[in-house]
Amino acid sequence: MADFLQLLVAGLATGAIYALAAIGFTLLWQTSQTINFAQGEFVMLPAFLALIAMNLGAPFPLAALIAILGAMVILGLTFKLAIVDPLIKSGPLPLVISTIGVGLLLKDGVKEFYSAEAQPFPKVFPETPFSLGGANFTYAQIAVLGVALAVIMALNWFLAGTRTGRQMQASAQNPTVARILGINVNRMIFYTFLINAILAAVASLLIAPSQFAKFSQGEQLGLAAFVAAIVGGFNQVRGAIVGGLVVGVADNFAPTLLSAAGLSSAYRQALPLFLLVLIILFRPQGLVGRKEERAI
Amino acid sequence: MLRTVSFALVAGLGLATSAMAQDTIKIPNIIELSGAGATVGTNWKNGSSMAVDEINAAGGILGKKIEMVFIDSASDPGKARVGIQRALDDTPIAIFGPIYSGSVSATLKLTEEAQVPQIIGGEAANLTAQGSKYIFRTSFGQNVSMPKIANYLRDGVKAKTVAVVYVNNDFGKGGRNAIIKELEARQIKVVADVSTEAGQADFAADVVKVKGANADAVFVYTNEEESARFLIEARKQGIDKPLIGETTLLGQKVIDLAKDAANGAKGHVGLTVDAAIPAVQEFGRKFQAKYNYKSDHNGMKGYIAPYMIKAAAEKAGKLDAKAIADALRGLTITPDKTPGILIEATWDETGEIDRISFLAEIKDGKQIITETLPKLKK
Repeated sequence: MADFLQLLVAGLATGAIYALAAIGFTLLWQTSQTINFAQGEFVMLPAFLALIAMNLGAPFPLAALIAILGAMVILGLTFKLAIVDPLIKSGPLPLVISTIGVGLLLKDGVKEFYSAEAQPFPKVFPETPFSLGGANFTYAQIAVLGVALAVIMALNWFLAGTRTGRQMQASAQNPTVARILGINVNRMIFYTFLINAILAAVASLLIAPSQFAKFSQGEQLGLAAFVAAIVGGFNQVRGAIVGGLVVGVADNFAPTLLSAAGLSSAYRQALPLFLLVLIILFRPQGLVGRKEERAI
Repeated sequence: MLRTVSFALVAGLGLATSAMAQDTIKIPNIIELSGAGATVGTNWKNGSSMAVDEINAAGGILGKKIEMVFIDSASDPGKARVGIQRALDDTPIAIFGPIYSGSVSATLKLTEEAQVPQIIGGEAANLTAQGSKYIFRTSFGQNVSMPKIANYLRDGVKAKTVAVVYVNNDFGKGGRNAIIKELEARQIKVVADVSTEAGQADFAADVVKVKGANADAVFVYTNEEESARFLIEARKQGIDKPLIGETTLLGQKVIDLAKDAANGAKGHVGLTVDAAIPAVQEFGRKFQAKYNYKSDHNGMKGYIAPYMIKAAAEKAGKLDAKAIADALRGLTITPDKTPGILIEATWDETGEIDRISFLAEIKDGKQIITETLPKLKK
């Protein structure tokens, strides 16, 4: 039971970070039919922006703020204006390919101009340990889970409980009708890019203390988030949340499940992909997604 | 007139370049400058560059200056193979790298066929067992280091049961096979055998498995970043059994990344700048001053590589790849004649290295040497 609890909490903490990144996939897809294959690199970059700020003498809280603002400018504003807007007219495929290019640019840029080595990152929360139900946790682990879930809840409240949020939903569901109703659809789309950048920055600052900052970190994160978005349901924010948590928990329980099945834990990395194949085969709309529906 | 002057200039430049080229020997380094092995490759590059600067300042090797060429294998055996294939086209006197065992394994036949000495950083036991007469280690193979670790687990830690955690690549699998064989030979039971992945980010499940095995000690054999992540998770979950490793676990990068979580880790280290040997400590100071961080064992491996070639070339009396390889086999290089070798080392006919090594422990974020182990063959 203690092991179950240990793995569950660890899986949820990692899964909540995957969910933050996965939400970005769904947001951009719903509002601008963009599948952003640079999403992993979007999560990698803000940690380095924070490290650069700290190297220049900024204390961590200020560096974190700079990272979030920097992400909004680079990954929100610039990405939208320089990549998405010119290419969206040509259809989704050129845009998808260009996001792969953006990912490579960010990855190699950090490698070239900062370092190819993993960088230690300041602890955001205290690593004080405590026991519960026979399992050992740290306050940092619980805080990471708490902050990630709080950000997700705040996003849900924003989308459902504010006028701007509902305008964004209307723009995603039916842009033509939204325009007729006087909603500035372009501005709503721009907001989703900003929100995606903020979510990526938060995920980056939460994951870097335990997994370090590294230029290639985005490969694994991006894949996990993409799988999470599909498993949960690509056309729903709630799908990304469920998918993220499912992938995080499945990854943590994988060695135990594999060992019970008499298989080597070397197959661990294959398990989320196996889950992906099953979902695509038997429930292509995802666990909580709906067919032909688009909502954020 | 203008055409004549231009021709004379171009011809003059050509002659000058040709003369410069004849005074310089290029040594290609095919190493892990990005990907999972970026830390090891960067350390090697800095160490070997520092040694070459010193050798060139002292007149080079047999009167020729050395020029290092660095080719990034991206920690990928396929890219390493392509890099070495291309480098061999220029008939170099030696090839440095790779450091990852999988990449060495994929390339050693190429240098064997070309009869060019390959100075490697790889530690997998099987590398020197594949029959090549042209690979030479800069650090112990697992066939040498694992018996030392197994002795330490039996005599120092008094472990009757051990959990083995390894990384699922050539380096990790080689170490896992070697340590299990040595532990069984000493009647130490392996109660958990945990495979992890290169680049793995989350070790919660692996630590749960190790904890459940309740072994007397945990042997951790993963690369730098993964070692740091494992240590952090092990401390988080309250593992209080000795965490034992071989060189990497006690490396400076692991200490930098894991911080307090690295304290208490123990094990065997083949090379360390913390060894109480004046030449080694002097190297450590120079490296720190030049690169502003503390070298790990890979920095030292990179540093001794050019000095190996220097000593062998001087013994052979010529800058010829095959002659250098022949001279290296059975050679003992001593610091009194070649200070850059740092610690006396001997290479056998298979390219295996023998020299003293150390038992160490991490205390207060520093590696402390607790014992010096002698060379295997006096």
